[in-house]
Amino acid sequence: MKAAAFDYVRPRDIAQVFALLEEYGDEARIIAGGQTLLATLNMRLSEPQLLIDIGALNELRGISVSGDRLRIGALVTHAQIEDSDLVRRHAPLLSEVAPHVAHRAIRNLGTFGGSIAFADPAAEWPACLVALRGWVIVSGADGERRIQADDFFLDLYTTALQPGEVILACEVPVETAASNHQFDELVRRHGDYAIVGAAVTGSMAATGLIENPRVVFLGTGNVPERARAVETLLETTALTVDTAAEFADALDIEPAADLYHSAQTKLHLSRVVLKRLLCKFAEARIEGRHEGDKHD
Amino acid sequence: MTERMTIRLEVNGRAVSCEVEPRTHLIDFLRDSLQIKGARVGCEHGVCGACTVRLDGRMVRGCLVLAVQAQNARVETIEGASDRGDLAELQAAFHARNALQCGFCTAGMLIAAAELIEQKPHASRDEIRKFMSGNYCRCTGYQAIVDAIEDVLEARLQRTSAPVASC
Repeated sequence: MKAAAFDYVRPRDIAQVFALLEEYGDEARIIAGGQTLLATLNMRLSEPQLLIDIGALNELRGISVSGDRLRIGALVTHAQIEDSDLVRRHAPLLSEVAPHVAHRAIRNLGTFGGSIAFADPAAEWPACLVALRGWVIVSGADGERRIQADDFFLDLYTTALQPGEVILACEVPVETAASNHQFDELVRRHGDYAIVGAAVTGSMAATGLIENPRVVFLGTGNVPERARAVETLLETTALTVDTAAEFADALDIEPAADLYHSAQTKLHLSRVVLKRLLCKFAEARIEGRHEGDKHD
Repeated sequence: MTERMTIRLEVNGRAVSCEVEPRTHLIDFLRDSLQIKGARVGCEHGVCGACTVRLDGRMVRGCLVLAVQAQNARVETIEGASDRGDLAELQAAFHARNALQCGFCTAGMLIAAAELIEQKPHASRDEIRKFMSGNYCRCTGYQAIVDAIEDVLEARLQRTSAPVASC
């Protein structure tokens, strides 16, 4: 299908974006990489009067480290994350997840900020941002504010972003020597939206307990979904390759059915993913210990 | 009504200036306004990959870019890449392996395969399949396409590892 007619502007500075958002309100849509928006426009699921292309705002580009935080500009593409040495060094979870985000042709244009703003619960980046305890830095006519990822995703395609606000960047804490992470997803075709997926993060203690664990699912609910019962288990009970299955059985989320999978199937598949991830997490701990031995 | 906009860009090495509606996506612009019809209009929502073209040297979905967003950009289609000889090796391999039947997906397949060869010169069959997963083919069953790409990768590796004859 073809998109309905709209006007298009490409502002040179962000003040003009705020002014246009103020003037047009809900009739305006911001376009960044456009890899979701163009599809919805072509399908006429969205018919805005005005597209505001923020692609010329160079201050929204760039990946940098300052102190203990990695900053990813809103216009950084999925491909730039995939290819970035800085990301690989400081937030390797994102490097590992990037190849799962759609296909390379889409990753070449689609942006991190766009994915966070759209807040598709089946997308990878919102779940990763929650798993990494990240922040979203937004700005409006009244100034900037920082929102924790935990407080950003409110409901289906609904975020803490207020009308007139734009995402400037996202930040995640840089990975430390103790931190570990695993990610996996089940998908019909590599690069499509996953049926379910999950990211597990945390610091491994010698006891087998995981400090500050996060288990975050995508594709199961209206927002990135934390598996709190499993997180509690990881904090209180030693994780081994043998106990991973029991931990996965303790998963207490209630996934919603989609077009192709019943709720029951999705819960089963969520447990399958989680068991694989926890096994890998436990194995990484064992390998880490052996590597430590070698250095002793 | 919305205003038409004038865009200037380079298409297959040629400077182009044209009036377009903002809602026109790049692939309709190339096919309808410029009559460059190598890249196909498929699903128009980014799933099939038939419309794959290059924008500033990187492959993109032509249906997920507006023509107005290509202002001042460099666009290359299968016609331009093919005429430059950029795809000759892949095209020969696709021919040799029967990696196409109806040809609808082939322009997109070749552009995607070229980017794979550039980025992942050591790709395994599994990695080839994953990288090419964004391009649908409804005829071949993919086996022959993967074979063709694998042939090109192997040939290139052999060339780079072959001993250089001294003068």
